[in-house]
Amino acid sequence: MGELRLALIGAALLLSAHAAQAKDLRPGGKLLLTGGVSSIEGSGGGGIASWALITGYATRDGIGGNLHATRLALPDYQFTTYGAAVGVYDRVELSYARQEFDTQGTGAKLGLGSGFTFHQDVVGAKLRVLGDAVYDQDSWIPQVAVGLQVKKADRGAVIGLLGGKHDQGVDWYVAASKVLLNQSLVLNGTVRATKANQTGLLGFGGPRHDSYQPQFEGSAALLLSRRLAIGVEYRTKPDNLGLKEDDWMDVFAAFAVNKTVSITAAYADLGTIATFGGQRGLYLSLQAGF
Amino acid sequence: MIQALIFAAALSTAPAFVIEHPSATHPGEEAVAAYAQGPANAGAGPFQGDAMWTAFHRQAGVGRVVDELVDLSLADPKISDIFTSHDMERLRRTLKEQFCYLLNGGCDYSGRDMKAAHKDLGLQTTDFNLLVEHLQTAMDHEKIGFRAQNRFLARLAPMQRMTVER
Ligand code: HEM
Repeated sequence: MGELRLALIGAALLLSAHAAQAKDLRPGGKLLLTGGVSSIEGSGGGGIASWALITGYATRDGIGGNLHATRLALPDYQFTTYGAAVGVYDRVELSYARQEFDTQGTGAKLGLGSGFTFHQDVVGAKLRVLGDAVYDQDSWIPQVAVGLQVKKADRGAVIGLLGGKHDQGVDWYVAASKVLLNQSLVLNGTVRATKANQTGLLGFGGPRHDSYQPQFEGSAALLLSRRLAIGVEYRTKPDNLGLKEDDWMDVFAAFAVNKTVSITAAYADLGTIATFGGQRGLYLSLQAGF
Repeated sequence: MIQALIFAAALSTAPAFVIEHPSATHPGEEAVAAYAQGPANAGAGPFQGDAMWTAFHRQAGVGRVVDELVDLSLADPKISDIFTSHDMERLRRTLKEQFCYLLNGGCDYSGRDMKAAHKDLGLQTTDFNLLVEHLQTAMDHEKIGFRAQNRFLARLAPMQRMTVER
């Protein structure tokens, strides 16, 4: 009798110890802004750069996700992207974005017809392979992730006329992100192997190059409060088409209203696009998720 | 008295590692199993100079921050269960010592090391971040500048690896 009770108590203790060790699924555990925002290609990042951070507010204890919509109003075009992304256990990120590049009245001047719009679908996957951007404050090792973006543009015929070789392509990247809490800074550097023209909206490859070339994306942000970060970004791009494709840059402010909604406002300079120069304008992005 | 003398003697001969039964020296607290003491137990080294100590409003400020941190954690249904059946008197004292030590306020940390103190609590990263958020709230209420808060958090962040077990 005594042994039975003892065995039962022992089993109960073992089970409860096991239950205590089992991982509880818990969403929304990340600190504000530490999931980054949604980039124009749908991946977690800054605005024009993909970062090593896994999107969403879940830590390694859960699954997070978000929706985003972004609009960039340029003098001669309007650029819109929207999409969805999930972050799984702060390890894997899957994303989808749909880009719309509306040539508005400029379309007529380019001989495409007023309001002619280029679209692109981008499906992304990212894997965190090393380090933790937030917790590893005692080392210089950043959080490192590798990713790919599978892109499909819809205007194959026009892309062909411009000299583009393909209407689909895959970008590969390695990103390194670090929060430097001592300096209240967030730094990111990304090397991207790509053939994309204007991120793929104008196809992939061209008469000047039809091979993968490494491009660089750099971002630096200053944390002003738990909710607010301001920063700059720079992204180099190849010029495969010989249309004087420029590097992109922006200055931005990202504001987390709470862990559900964040707003990113930026002033972006996309340089020359399809022979029209000085494409600078206001960028506004809304993200909602958990 | 004799105990205190022996303790003082032990301290003076081997200041880095002594065995203490804190309930004897801190009457309001429960006894804990003997453990080796030393500054390494604090989990990180102190800042230099007195800028951080001043930014935290010295002993009084750190006392308020720790008390509010503990109060908020106990009032948070997402983590309050973790603290029940643990000695909050001791936690407040050792946390104040640890923060004072890290901020270079001249205290010795007398508690257990971070891994031992959190062993078998089954902490998850989510718990860690909830505690950090309560700490941020407490530091905000103490009107500690955001940059100084982040410098302090930079010292605590690596303790995620020592305290989180699953
Ligand atoms: C940077 C993060 C943390 C620091 C600096 C810290 C610091 C401490 C210290 C100094 C002690 C006392 C050690 C002793 O009694 O000798 C302690 C114990 C304890 N901590 Fe933490 N802690 C951290 C994270 C957490 C988290 C995230 C939780 C739960 C949400 C937690 C819950 C506890 C509990 C319940 C005890 C009492 C353990 C016992 O009585 O055996 N701690 N912690």
